[in-house]
Amino acid sequence: MAELKDKIIEKYTSTENLNNGEPVEIKHIRDKAKEYFRTFGFPNRKMEDWKFFDSKPIITNDFKLVTEKQEIEKSVLNNFLIQDLKANLIVLINGEYSKENSQIITERKNLFIGSLKEGMKTKPYILGKYFAKYADYNADGFTALNTAFAPDGAFIYIPKGNLLKDPVIILNILDSRKSKVLGQPRNIIIAEANSDVHIIEEYYSIGENDVFSNVVTEIHTDENANVQYYKIQNEEANAFHVGTTQVFQERNSIFTSITLSWGGSVTRNNLNSYMNSEGIECNFKGLYFLTGKQHVDNHTLADHANPNCNSNELYKGILADESNGVFNGKIMVRQDAQKTNAYQMNKNILLSDTASINSKPQLEIFADDVKCSHGATTGQIDKEQLFYLKARGIGEKEGKKLLIFAFANEIIEDIEVPELKEYLVNRLNEKLEKL
Amino acid sequence: MLQIKNLKATIDGKEILKGINLEVKAGEVHAIMGPNGSGKSTLASVLSGKPGYEVTGGEVIFEGKNLLDFSPEDRAREGIFLAFQYPVEIPGVSTTNFMKTSLNEIRKYRGLEPISSVEFLKLMKAKAKLVELDMAMTSRAVNVGFSGGEKKRNEIFQLAMMEPKLSVLDETDSGLDIDALRIVSEGVNKVRNSKNAFVVITHYQRLLNYIVPDYVHVLSDGQIVTSGGKELAYKLEEMGYDWVTNND
Ligand SMILES: Nc1ncnc2c1ncn2[C@@H]1O[C@H](COP(=O)(O)OP(=O)(O)OP(=O)(O)O)[C@@H](O)[C@H]1O
Ligand SMILES: [Mg+2]
Repeated sequence: MAELKDKIIEKYTSTENLNNGEPVEIKHIRDKAKEYFRTFGFPNRKMEDWKFFDSKPIITNDFKLVTEKQEIEKSVLNNFLIQDLKANLIVLINGEYSKENSQIITERKNLFIGSLKEGMKTKPYILGKYFAKYADYNADGFTALNTAFAPDGAFIYIPKGNLLKDPVIILNILDSRKSKVLGQPRNIIIAEANSDVHIIEEYYSIGENDVFSNVVTEIHTDENANVQYYKIQNEEANAFHVGTTQVFQERNSIFTSITLSWGGSVTRNNLNSYMNSEGIECNFKGLYFLTGKQHVDNHTLADHANPNCNSNELYKGILADESNGVFNGKIMVRQDAQKTNAYQMNKNILLSDTASINSKPQLEIFADDVKCSHGATTGQIDKEQLFYLKARGIGEKEGKKLLIFAFANEIIEDIEVPELKEYLVNRLNEKLEKL
Repeated sequence: MLQIKNLKATIDGKEILKGINLEVKAGEVHAIMGPNGSGKSTLASVLSGKPGYEVTGGEVIFEGKNLLDFSPEDRAREGIFLAFQYPVEIPGVSTTNFMKTSLNEIRKYRGLEPISSVEFLKLMKAKAKLVELDMAMTSRAVNVGFSGGEKKRNEIFQLAMMEPKLSVLDETDSGLDIDALRIVSEGVNKVRNSKNAFVVITHYQRLLNYIVPDYVHVLSDGQIVTSGGKELAYKLEEMGYDWVTNND
């Protein structure tokens, strides 16, 4: 069987004018990314950053590359909506914008919430400036592949001073009811100075066949901007996911992310923030709740390039059955980044003897006046606590549910969108019920 | 209500309880005193079913049933309550949620419907008042950041909520200031009736001024070496444990 790489190259070289109508600088970038991908292909386990990630089930899989445009029944879509949440809804089906299902409710001067394709037409200057500016396609084959060929995605442009009350949802649906599917959304989010926005990036899948999402999201938070970014993975067990979220922060901006992984089969999340100026706050939170043979690999980088910035990171994992998790969190404090405060913590609960976690917190410090700490813990459910609950009549199952919920809730309790929080609490409880 | 007959128990192969005999009837209060390390908490733990202990002899009959056959949670559901010497902190779980889950698990065991939110809140308010617990405490995580005294008061609050048949209080008085001691004791006295019973483990006769026991037992080296009325507590306070353990 031809490997996915060969298939992709063959397919795309025969498809001319794939991304017609894009600004010339983007064409140029796409060509270079194509070249990288042709030369290096997908990353392998000999590469330090990909050591624990088994990409074999992805790169030997015969995903279909270009799918005919699909629409989804409203009844299916409804299953994926967050109850009572008034929001801007960008629906991407197999990586392509579905105008029919999307709904944009915030209308402001110059503001853009919609598809990347449409953005290329109406805001070519901005996209020409930001497309692939932050996510390095020379870093790995997945990013290169997305950069070269991503047909569409979400484009969100929040001009100066706009505070968005209603969040923006990027709802990704992988529909493999007809065939195996590769979805490659490219999302670009620009939050200009003094703007404020909540972005909810969600993934679902339907259908019997395998699906693979290869995603790149680039986020620019300009001066004083406040971006809250939630990435929620709800795919079915036949889903593979590799995603990179690359953030670039300017002076006094705040970026807060919550990455929730509880769906899918094999998942890799890269989340990097580059602090390009002073007074920046960068918060990474994450929760992975894995059962069966699920594998989730979270790689994060808080990149302190300038003085007086704070980063705070907390990732928590619940691992049952034969699941496996990887946490690889790096704090980089570059030479100029004096007065940095950087904290990182990874906590895991293993619910079975066959579940495992590879936790690797990393600290690289080249400045001398900094406050940094990192740590990792892995344990079982606390027996003293469980007994205390039992002594009050609470049974083993209920007790465990209560304790695991409490453990996980630290990640979601501060979410400022109440409907989203409630939705996540319900999902968490469903997951607990099935343990 | 409770009959303990020649109960022997070990932990890590070491025998701690060496033949305990005790009978507690409904309406009674029994005090258990005794030197550090004599096995008081071990007895409480064995009664509550804490893992790690092995019962090597004897039996415990509670309301006609063989208690040792029950899981810890079923013992609680049957009506046994242990107020911990060292209450456990449970981060992320509020006392409210804890108690609601507790009551509903007990109700389920007894074939009852879950308690309604309105009723539950009413109950919480009434019981909090009983032990003079600030309602704000109930929305905080169980025992997390509580002072020693607050933790003990929270134990008695839970006791009041659950209305057990038999309560075992393990040094609930240690760490309490005079006011808290009075409040906690009054709480217990208000809960006390002719249908329930208390086993109160303490080092201090002081507590027994508030919660007046019908019997006082002295536990030493895993056995009850002497028993008497409340006057025994005064004598112990005065003379220490030496005279009991030496006489033995
Ligand atoms: N895991 C263990 N292995 C061996 N011995 C233990 C273990 N746990 C407890 N013990 C011992 O059992 C004995 C009884 O302890 P217990 O806690 O019941 O005493 P106590 O009467 O409650 O004392 P105190 O008044 O200090 O609370 C002690 O000597 C203690 O050291
Ligand atoms: Mg003790």
